[in-house]
Amino acid sequence: METTNTSTIRAKKSELYIFIARFARDPLGLFGLILVLLMVLSAIFATWIVPYDPIALDIMHRLEPPSMEHIMGTDQLGRDVFSRVIMGGRIALKVALISISVALSCGLLLGLIAGYGSVWVDRLMITFFDTIRSFPTIIFALAIVTLVGPSLNTIILVVIITTIPVYGRIVRAQAQSMKNNEFILAERAMGAGVPRILLVHMLPNIIGPLLIIASMDIPAVVTIEAGLSFLGVGIRPPTPSWGSILNDGYSFIRNTPWLIIAGGIPLILTTLGFTFLGESLRDIFDPKLSKDI
Amino acid sequence: MWIYLAKRTSLAVVIVIIAISLLYSMILMVPGDPTAVILGPRSTPEMRDALRADMGLDRPAIVQVGSFILKVFQGDMGTDVFTNRPVSQIVFEQLPYTMILIFAGISWAIVLGIPLGCYSALNRNSFIDKLTGIFSVGTIAIPAFVIALYGLLLFAVQLQWLPAIGAGEEGDLVDQIKHLILPAFAIGLGWVGYLSRLVRASMLEVLGENHIRTARAFGLPEKLIVFRYALKLAILPTVALMGVGVGYLLSSSVFAEIVFARPGIGKLIYESVLTRNYPIIMGSVLITTIIFVLCTMMADIINAILDPRMRENL
Repeated sequence: METTNTSTIRAKKSELYIFIARFARDPLGLFGLILVLLMVLSAIFATWIVPYDPIALDIMHRLEPPSMEHIMGTDQLGRDVFSRVIMGGRIALKVALISISVALSCGLLLGLIAGYGSVWVDRLMITFFDTIRSFPTIIFALAIVTLVGPSLNTIILVVIITTIPVYGRIVRAQAQSMKNNEFILAERAMGAGVPRILLVHMLPNIIGPLLIIASMDIPAVVTIEAGLSFLGVGIRPPTPSWGSILNDGYSFIRNTPWLIIAGGIPLILTTLGFTFLGESLRDIFDPKLSKDI
Repeated sequence: MWIYLAKRTSLAVVIVIIAISLLYSMILMVPGDPTAVILGPRSTPEMRDALRADMGLDRPAIVQVGSFILKVFQGDMGTDVFTNRPVSQIVFEQLPYTMILIFAGISWAIVLGIPLGCYSALNRNSFIDKLTGIFSVGTIAIPAFVIALYGLLLFAVQLQWLPAIGAGEEGDLVDQIKHLILPAFAIGLGWVGYLSRLVRASMLEVLGENHIRTARAFGLPEKLIVFRYALKLAILPTVALMGVGVGYLLSSSVFAEIVFARPGIGKLIYESVLTRNYPIIMGSVLITTIIFVLCTMMADIINAILDPRMRENL
């Protein structure tokens, strides 16, 4: 009894060890991990990091270049840009986490139904998925914004609507290939109901690769949030967002380059970080995946 | 092949029909008076009444959607209430600017990306290959509108090498090209990386196949093998991606048009969002969606012509 226990523990340890060893040999992945950690930690501890209130006005010191007091300078209303950048990261991460988790759950459910259900259900859902995917994302987002009005929730809604089909299609393909596997057929022969087959037997086999794909979608969502906020139809002022900092910078591009630089760099670092990390995780966990995406 | 063609076109038509119904029913799903939603706060009661009669809002929703679909297929996408001009006319006026931008963006991405991918595949694990790998992932990740902003800041505002706003003087080709460089650079950069990665991967796969080994065994020169035999197959995934690519480029061209104040669909939509002019937005979304659907369809058909195995996947 004891021996089997220790051997399983050892086996687990060595798997983790292999993982860390492989990860350590991938400098880009490590670089990505550091960037992601920096971004996540600064978002979590944002309220303790910011030196100034990100929405406090100080008209006397407007559009200042970086200095010791304001390490990223100030914007057109004298607000401290560094504080706004840090708080903006929080918004970006919030949008990404909420919308991806909702979209993932819905996509998972719909995809399982499409993949396991009858041909007609499948046809219907796939056509519906393909229709939503055939709208150019940002243009479709602008249409929704016009109807519902700009807000944080609108951005989340847009991301959810446009990403459900992506996850749905992936899950459907997986479910279809698994449908006639022996262990599923055996379950069916034993009289297991559809919910049990889908949730207990199929779900655990699908969720792993899907989570990696979802984590690689974070940069895309962050980009949509920043993009819509840049267009002035996303996060409402005065709430800080990287996109709205870029918008301010665009309006004052002839006065100061610092706003655009300050708003763009965190965006670039975040998307790079998540992409490098995601690529290297994908290569380690599932080399097969890298082919189809 | 004909069966595939018929199936694929009917799928495209179905998607367009569903897309139209979705866009139209979105108006009805939003709470409140639909005419107020469509026309926005600037509208007068007379305008709303006119629109109400025009849309036939008193009829059941399904009849409204049906008659709207019929109208769209006849080329009538409604009238812009503010200027009293047909929506389709307004959209088609702006369309060429956007198409030129997308074409320019994708062209320079192809011209640079495909050779880069071939080079990387042939010189696997060389310094240039590794550099291209990092560069590709990097450029794919960075949002196009940030590249547009940095491009504008560096080349137009600070260095003043290139013009910052507009599409150039009418009839002056050199000026127009100058105005095209930065936006096309911004929307195409990510695609250079994307294409080079894709071509590299599929090239490596093709080079390992039997018919290439046979060609090598016959002693054909390496250049002939790569460019005549391998590239023809390695390019297939790229063709499929191009169709999807147009959709992404339509999105990023919105940003490029706004950052560089270029006329085009993106700017039209953006201005209509600010004035809450839904008919124009619906028209533009429809036209861009139809273009997107056509492009993916064409990509699929070209793929099916080049590779008969694809014809079964529908």
